[in-house]
Amino acid sequence: MKRSTISNIPLHLLLLPAVIIVLIYSYGPMFGIVIAFQNFIPAKGFLESSWVGLKHFRFILSLSDTYEVLGNTLFISVMKIIAGLVVPLTVSLMLNEVRQRFFKRSVQTLVYLPHFLSWVILGGVLIDILSPSSGIVNAVLGLFGIEPIYFLGDNRWFPYVLVFSDVWKEFGFSTIIYLAALSGINPALYEASLMDGAGRLRQTWHITLPGMRPIIVVLVTLSLGNVLNAGFEQVFNLYSPLVYDSGDIIDTYVYRMGLISAQYGPATAIGLFKSVISLGLISSTYYLAYRLANYRIF
Amino acid sequence: MHTTRSQQAFQIINFIILGLLSIMCILPLIHILAVSFSSSAAATGGAVKLWPIGFNWSSYEYVISSNRFLNSLGITFQRVLLGGLVNMILIVITAYPLSKESERFRPRTFYAWFFLLTILFSGGLIPIFMIIRETGIMGSIWALVLPGAVPVFSIILMLNFFRGLPRDLEEAAFIDGAGHLNTLFRVYVPLSLPALATISLLTIVGHWNAWFDGLVFMNSPDRYPLQSYLQTIIIQQDFTQMTEQDIKKMQLISDRTIKSAQIFLGSLPILLLYPFLQKYFVTGITLGSVKE
Repeated sequence: MKRSTISNIPLHLLLLPAVIIVLIYSYGPMFGIVIAFQNFIPAKGFLESSWVGLKHFRFILSLSDTYEVLGNTLFISVMKIIAGLVVPLTVSLMLNEVRQRFFKRSVQTLVYLPHFLSWVILGGVLIDILSPSSGIVNAVLGLFGIEPIYFLGDNRWFPYVLVFSDVWKEFGFSTIIYLAALSGINPALYEASLMDGAGRLRQTWHITLPGMRPIIVVLVTLSLGNVLNAGFEQVFNLYSPLVYDSGDIIDTYVYRMGLISAQYGPATAIGLFKSVISLGLISSTYYLAYRLANYRIF
Repeated sequence: MHTTRSQQAFQIINFIILGLLSIMCILPLIHILAVSFSSSAAATGGAVKLWPIGFNWSSYEYVISSNRFLNSLGITFQRVLLGGLVNMILIVITAYPLSKESERFRPRTFYAWFFLLTILFSGGLIPIFMIIRETGIMGSIWALVLPGAVPVFSIILMLNFFRGLPRDLEEAAFIDGAGHLNTLFRVYVPLSLPALATISLLTIVGHWNAWFDGLVFMNSPDRYPLQSYLQTIIIQQDFTQMTEQDIKKMQLISDRTIKSAQIFLGSLPILLLYPFLQKYFVTGITLGSVKE
């Protein structure tokens, strides 16, 4: 076979449109991080604005809000990672025990519906059902004599509402991934262990969980790379100034500082700080996933 | 297999917990639907549970007669069509060269890293905002289409699918004198319809659900797509976005039933697509998962 007869030029041409768009809209902003080192004035642009060195970085490090926001981000996302592992894993193991096909299918159909709805829609739903005056959740709690709780306005509750509602939206989706891994386990292993007198629990412990280890390792390591993303879309639609103390995260902080108060320099500096740390985390977790579970995305 | 009493007990408890979990996923939505069809008195009084009280359509009539709602719906349709089309074309033509082996197409590794780097590192919100302003698309539909026009994860799904196609097909096409373009559009694309269906569905859902870019890149509220408009009305409760006429009409119906109607209408297309999503998306997520 003479492969050289087929020219590679069409391949380059096919890639050209995507390359141009990515250059402008992905690499352009990477170049735009110079704003973090400038006294940026939009009318003057990236090239004409004056340079201020590390001034913005010193400024953000002097703000106590910065540390609070970093703490909130880590707390919320670590809790989400843990709950986002335990809940879907448990549900997929439970679903795996269900013998009635119709019931199994129905459960699967219902649990990942929220995954496809936007946080605007789900935020609207949550604001309505969690309202202290007319919300149905507080009405139900009232039946048990519990005073109305202002879930979205109380710093003691807000982070847990974020974690709970995030799990509510996403556990169905992850459950499907785990179920797919479960179906890949060799049934002969179960039959053999049955011969050896193993019960369901021992089978789960010695066959099912080890069989799922690769996918668990992959999902956990990849989510660790996202530890600075505590869920902008969710928080933005649920928070209010009442809960900034417990619910303000890096991305919402950058949004308010940059686009509401027009402090472009400091906001970009925080964004840059986040991007650099994320780059380090994502690269090392991909490397870990590759080493531990032979996972490759390309 | 014989079942003992404890196993039976486990089955029953398992059944109940899973049943409750799945109900929990849709009850809130059913509640919102019930509120949207209820009379304003029943809704404001908190009497509505899972079935409408004082059934009526007035909230829906109000929402659908609002110009702002229809206008933003129109913009959403525009972005779904234009954005979806641009996405799908770029996904197909970008995934094809990247699916070639490096031995055959040497610069592949370079291109692959060129695209991968954009997932690993982002300039952040402010620089993206400035670039969109500098390139003059702020406020136009292109601001919702171009920045996300090259979805790297979907390209990875697509190229993995291309790689799963038998190599002989490509060789045969080349021997018959087809070039890369003919091979792509006459051999690869027709064979990839399931993958294309999955990715198109996810793309449509993505464009329908996107709201933040509309909020930030569209300048004036009358250019907001539906989800951005709903964000200002339902979440921010920004009534300055409404006309005087809207506010007068709204006093006759309850704020809560209207919001519920808007929430339901905002999720309706997703609910309609859901059976298809369900059918395709398991294949979709496993396309790119762990490889041996």
